Amino acid sequence: MSDVSDTTKKGQKLSEIVKVEHLGKYFPVQKSFLEQLFVRKKSYVKAVDDITFSVKTREIFTLVGESGCGKTTTGRLVVRLLEPTAGEICFNGVDITKLKGEKLRLLRRKMQIIFQDPYASLSPRMKVVDAVGHPLEVHGLAKGEEKKKMVLEVLEKVELTPPDQFINLFPHQLSGGQRQRVALARSIILKPEFIVADEPVSMIDVSLRITLIDLMLSFRKELGLTYLFITHDLAVAKYISDRIAIMYLGKIIEMGHKESLFSNPMHPYTQALLSAIPVPNPKRKRKRIELTGEVPSAINIPTGCRFHPRCPYRKDECSKKEPRITEVEKEHFVACHLINSGNK
Amino acid sequence: MPLLEVDSLTVDYRTSRGTIRAVEDVSFSLEKGKTLGLAGESGSGKSTLGLSIIRLVPYPGVIVKGHIKIDQTDILELPEPRMRSIRGRKVAYIFQDPMTSLNPVKKISAHSTELIRTHEANTSKEEAFERTKTILKDLGILPERINDYPHQFSGGMRQRIMIGLAIALNPDLVIADEPTTALDVIVQAKILDLLENLRKIYGMALILISHDLSIILERCDKIIVMYAGRILEYASSVELHRNPRHPYTRGLLQSIPNVELADQKLAAILGSPPNMLNPPKGCRFWPRCSHVMEICRTKETPLVDIGHNHFVRCFRYHKEGTKVE
Repeated sequence: MSDVSDTTKKGQKLSEIVKVEHLGKYFPVQKSFLEQLFVRKKSYVKAVDDITFSVKTREIFTLVGESGCGKTTTGRLVVRLLEPTAGEICFNGVDITKLKGEKLRLLRRKMQIIFQDPYASLSPRMKVVDAVGHPLEVHGLAKGEEKKKMVLEVLEKVELTPPDQFINLFPHQLSGGQRQRVALARSIILKPEFIVADEPVSMIDVSLRITLIDLMLSFRKELGLTYLFITHDLAVAKYISDRIAIMYLGKIIEMGHKESLFSNPMHPYTQALLSAIPVPNPKRKRKRIELTGEVPSAINIPTGCRFHPRCPYRKDECSKKEPRITEVEKEHFVACHLINSGNK
Repeated sequence: MPLLEVDSLTVDYRTSRGTIRAVEDVSFSLEKGKTLGLAGESGSGKSTLGLSIIRLVPYPGVIVKGHIKIDQTDILELPEPRMRSIRGRKVAYIFQDPMTSLNPVKKISAHSTELIRTHEANTSKEEAFERTKTILKDLGILPERINDYPHQFSGGMRQRIMIGLAIALNPDLVIADEPTTALDVIVQAKILDLLENLRKIYGMALILISHDLSIILERCDKIIVMYAGRILEYASSVELHRNPRHPYTRGLLQSIPNVELADQKLAAILGSPPNMLNPPKGCRFWPRCSHVMEICRTKETPLVDIGHNHFVRCFRYHKEGTKVE
């Protein structure tokens, strides 16, 4: 990314399309009536807790983590589907954290999201032409014949061919893979610059996943798209990403280019994740890093390093002080006392 | 002498819209203590095949043809009461979803004592209780939690409890239907390790059903690749990995990302699985096959032995098709 100058607007490098700083989202925990009367202290689920990252233009940046680590919440915060509790989000150098009304609506043309479940994200009562063309109407860009023409074009792009055969179908007449293509078509019809893809292939048959992923990858060049990809599958993350951030209990614990992350995983959690991925080779017997226990609840986050109760290498320090995420190698960030203090 | 022999098994679902042949002419065998992987996409018939083995194919499914022999007994001919004594004791089934397979208003102890005492009438409650505690310990769950309800456990723990209940009567065969699909990778690895260790300790055979070929290649001795109700390829996992023959198997292997390879080129299988109400004629896979020949569209493909106990259902390995290759 050295081809772009480092001129800054609000401290953001121009090559960075999205910049997120100290982002946090706390959901209040619903209490019973009695508790509301007698317990003053509110408790929160810290779904996302002080995370900082940036996505460079035309990059594929992936958030990886187990269920409940806050990766989906992060994706929704970035496109402003959720209000952040703390922190700020910049898009193309402009702070969008507090945008409202018309300005927010204009921003939505530039950033779109694809959801995990194509059975839930498409209205069962809308034909493909209406579902895909809906954004055009919402933004007052086209309707009627013109809308239809644009829908046909975009269906061709997502390889639902011949498009005129699909245009009048309802979602229940489509397979899961086709539905996800419709969702993809809907997300690119406004020619956005940035797309959040939240587990877009996890509900699709294995044999069809790669076609959809390759299609999304091709749009990066063709349409100049940048993706924030969200997945729990490290193998998929490795296939598509430029850079990867690993999340654990609402925090990014390791982040870097995929080459350095996979060849030199530093955080014990990343190492454990990597060692747990099944490798399609019957002769390969690998050493697994065992973790004790399970992911704690996000209401009662452990003190110090939030991974310490499960960490096989923990020291006294880990339960007392929260490690800061620091750049250990070039563009490789880790939040771990063992790494940050220099001895592994 | 194999523990399980399935011979030309055919299962239909007779729906109001027509008959779906979910499993067609499937034959295989499994030795004591070995593992078999059933791989395939959704709708390939792998779960129906698994359920047939314990005779629990849901309505409107009917086993129309074939034999299933467990220790030389054809279970398809047994009266239902005899079948009930086989389920759990000889063959146990681990269902995909641990949320719905445990009774939410019963304690774990109630689940296991009921299971044990149904099959072993002269075991006392206390004995059953003690045995459950040992099993929980094997599963890595504190024995004190025996009196907890299912909702008090996490998804991974519930799946471990399901495994515990499956092995409680020390069966000869365990069928695990997508046991880790709803779970995260770390928990998945733990569960599969647990299953493997228990299997070794108790000498059980295992049928692992999964859409994830990586898990199956990593964990199984033999593999069946199913597509649209038929076996397309059947071989040992080492052989299948070294020498995959069917275009579908090759396609599947090329479409799974492997974290250990740098700069992997992945290729997809074109098209999508067939509508089983109206499957393609001839080879079920031909509309998606990159090597399709004229004969594939018209003639039923036989399962051919190509040596090393490796079976393939493809005309490229059959004398009628070889001239075109």
